[in-house]
Amino acid sequence: MRFRIFRYDPDKDEKPTMQDYDVRLDPHDRMLLDALIRIKEQDDTLSLRRSCREGVCGSDAMNINGKNGLACITKLVDLKEPVELRPLPGLPVIRDLIVDMSQFFKQYHSIKPYLVNDDPVPEKERLQSPQEREELDGLYECILCACCSTACPSFWWNPDKFVGPAGLLQAYRFIADSRDQATGERLDNLEDPYRLFRCHSIMNCVDACPKHLNPTRAIGKIKELMVKRSV
Amino acid sequence: MALAKRSFDAVVVGAGGAGLRAALQLSESGLSVAVLSKVFPTRSHTVAAQGGIGAALGNMDEDSWLWHMYDTVKGSDWLGDQDAIEFMCREAPKLVYELEHFGMPFDRNENGTVYQRPFGGHSQNFGQRPVQRSCCAADRTGHAMLHTLYQRNVRAHTQFFVEWMALDLVRDSSGQVLGVTALEMETGEVMILHARATLFATGGAGRIFASTTNAFICTGDGLGMAARAGIPLEDMEFWQFHPTGVAGAGVLITEGVRGEGGYLLNKDGERFMERYAPTMKDLASRDVVSRAMATEIKEGRGAGSHGDYLLLKLNHLEAEVIDKRLPGIREIAKKFANVDPVKDPIPVVPTVHYMMGGIPANYRGEVVVPQGSNPEAVVPGFYAAGECACASVHGANRLGTNSLTDLLVFGKAAAESMIKFLKENPGRKDLPKDAAERTVSRLARLDNQKNGESVAEVATEMRRTMQSHCGVFRFPDTLVEGVKKIRGIADRASRAQIKDKSRVFNTARLEALELDNLIEVARASMVSAEARKESRGAHDRSDHHQRDDVNWLKHTLWYKDGDRLEYKPVHMKPLTARTIEPKVRTY
Repeated sequence: MRFRIFRYDPDKDEKPTMQDYDVRLDPHDRMLLDALIRIKEQDDTLSLRRSCREGVCGSDAMNINGKNGLACITKLVDLKEPVELRPLPGLPVIRDLIVDMSQFFKQYHSIKPYLVNDDPVPEKERLQSPQEREELDGLYECILCACCSTACPSFWWNPDKFVGPAGLLQAYRFIADSRDQATGERLDNLEDPYRLFRCHSIMNCVDACPKHLNPTRAIGKIKELMVKRSV
Repeated sequence: MALAKRSFDAVVVGAGGAGLRAALQLSESGLSVAVLSKVFPTRSHTVAAQGGIGAALGNMDEDSWLWHMYDTVKGSDWLGDQDAIEFMCREAPKLVYELEHFGMPFDRNENGTVYQRPFGGHSQNFGQRPVQRSCCAADRTGHAMLHTLYQRNVRAHTQFFVEWMALDLVRDSSGQVLGVTALEMETGEVMILHARATLFATGGAGRIFASTTNAFICTGDGLGMAARAGIPLEDMEFWQFHPTGVAGAGVLITEGVRGEGGYLLNKDGERFMERYAPTMKDLASRDVVSRAMATEIKEGRGAGSHGDYLLLKLNHLEAEVIDKRLPGIREIAKKFANVDPVKDPIPVVPTVHYMMGGIPANYRGEVVVPQGSNPEAVVPGFYAAGECACASVHGANRLGTNSLTDLLVFGKAAAESMIKFLKENPGRKDLPKDAAERTVSRLARLDNQKNGESVAEVATEMRRTMQSHCGVFRFPDTLVEGVKKIRGIADRASRAQIKDKSRVFNTARLEALELDNLIEVARASMVSAEARKESRGAHDRSDHHQRDDVNWLKHTLWYKDGDRLEYKPVHMKPLTARTIEPKVRTY
């Protein structure tokens, strides 16, 4: 199977190049990550992140034939050859398929991604009805792979100012939690021409999310709450 | 080569469940803490845990920590230390409530309490009937727990060193541990992290086998570092085969599937577990189910054209239940088995999943080694928690859900021991002159090695050897041969070569350094397995079919130096409860 892979090692390369690989696959190789491991066995200089190989850790996000996705759950049979692989767009490249995700995590951290509840801690669990808990479905499952944020033009232009779909999805995850008491502060934190409102609902994020989550819908809900509290 | 140095009160190596729970405790107590992780914390392998956290909350029906303790001791085939097991089962509910307070998105009952599902080996009233004890968030409990703990650490301003790999333990001539050497992946820079207290929470090492549910990062780094520094490894012959890995892919399918009502079938459509475990059936403990499956396959009742897997049926459950309680499983089955479990059964095989052994520790998370007549002398400044540690709560076989319980309970307990130690020992000992020697020479060898085999080649050979010589069923001759082979492979590993010499994010170098750790774990496992002449829990020998409490009710200790073995007694005395006396183990 044929691949064209983005290569760049700042230790020795002046600029990036695309390298062609033709690799013989084993019948058991089902996913793109299997093929990349196969290539790495031949050429150990190819650098990528990977860990769980089942789509839950979020390590091996990359741009696959022009679309962001996780290598470990992208089936080889679905890919057109030569398979063109690039690092996630919009973030600085460290080496080959490995990008610097600092900006992405900085935005995630900026939304205070933790439950805020100042009531005295009860002896047992805080109660939450199944219906209240259901509000978190489609939100808590995010694996922070950055496929969505790095597919978003608003994030490309303003990665320092726009929280981006992943961060906003998590902002809403805490707003939606019946146990959280900081909705007001969370909305204040996003009331800004850039942080939330750079989202123009073009929905690249929804298209890119390998976990089938919908950041655009979550962002819409935050915007609704903003409107509601201003009237 | 002089290395840069940074000093901290505490260094935590690993940012999975145990590392993060410990880090939280340490950060909140105002100490200076460095948490090192090979991967961004939420990518640690805890993320892949599916089924739940074991704790006797009693939300579904009557439950008690004593019953949880009984199940765990019986599950361990009496090799677990009963003081540590009592401690874990008593602490568990508290730690689960605390996690809920941190924001964990647990599933809920109509009355608002945490939902609990049945799980293998967990019973009511000392083995009478299955009990619902597993606290879960759909089938993504590990993911939800890891993210919640990370989030709580963000709140506590914990200092993370992300994408740093610890390379070696620093010990002085008295044996005290003074930190680690570590490599920053992005720059290739190596540093000494000088610590007054060091915690290993480095996880498992399933990657010594060819077929495992474990992530690529599960390479036994803590065990390798400990072994190289002269610390023995405990009970390394006990490797859990999870009954339901996706055939061919190795990806995990949670026991929660059987907890929610799924069951296993052989090629004749027979629910064969009824024959092997009349009471608990498909919810017998994992070693029992995996052995039953391997027996079905061996005796020609496996499914598929090669008769080499069994079928996990859940299509009798309502699609709504599957989508609510097991959504991740449905996704995995579709992706990795081309099967929609709402319609068809999932092809599964027993797959390496968990390392019951590890760095010898007590229930306070302190690392303990034999010294003179004391089999458990504390190594000052050194702590271990989670899968890398052997407390031992899992003994010869771990119960499902007890791994997450272990992470929470012993992550916190280790941190509390560290805080106490730091208070009582305010000074800082100087680093020995040769603190970085081992690390520097390992790196220099890799830079200069020529004419060696590739790391991938040697690693493949190791995995193949472990798989074929140290599997579900073990045979005396293949074990003896396995020891010989694995020693040969260790020798080849010491000459393995990398082509990539870049300083920047050199993943070839990382994999070579990981192989150093894997090979120690593989050797420890094979040598310990060959020596144990009985069958207990996950260790099943064809020439010694029975458990032998007279000769083998004891923990193995393997030393890297000369593959030496020692043994130490099992703690049969709990902290407050009555001893659970060994008896025949049936489910």
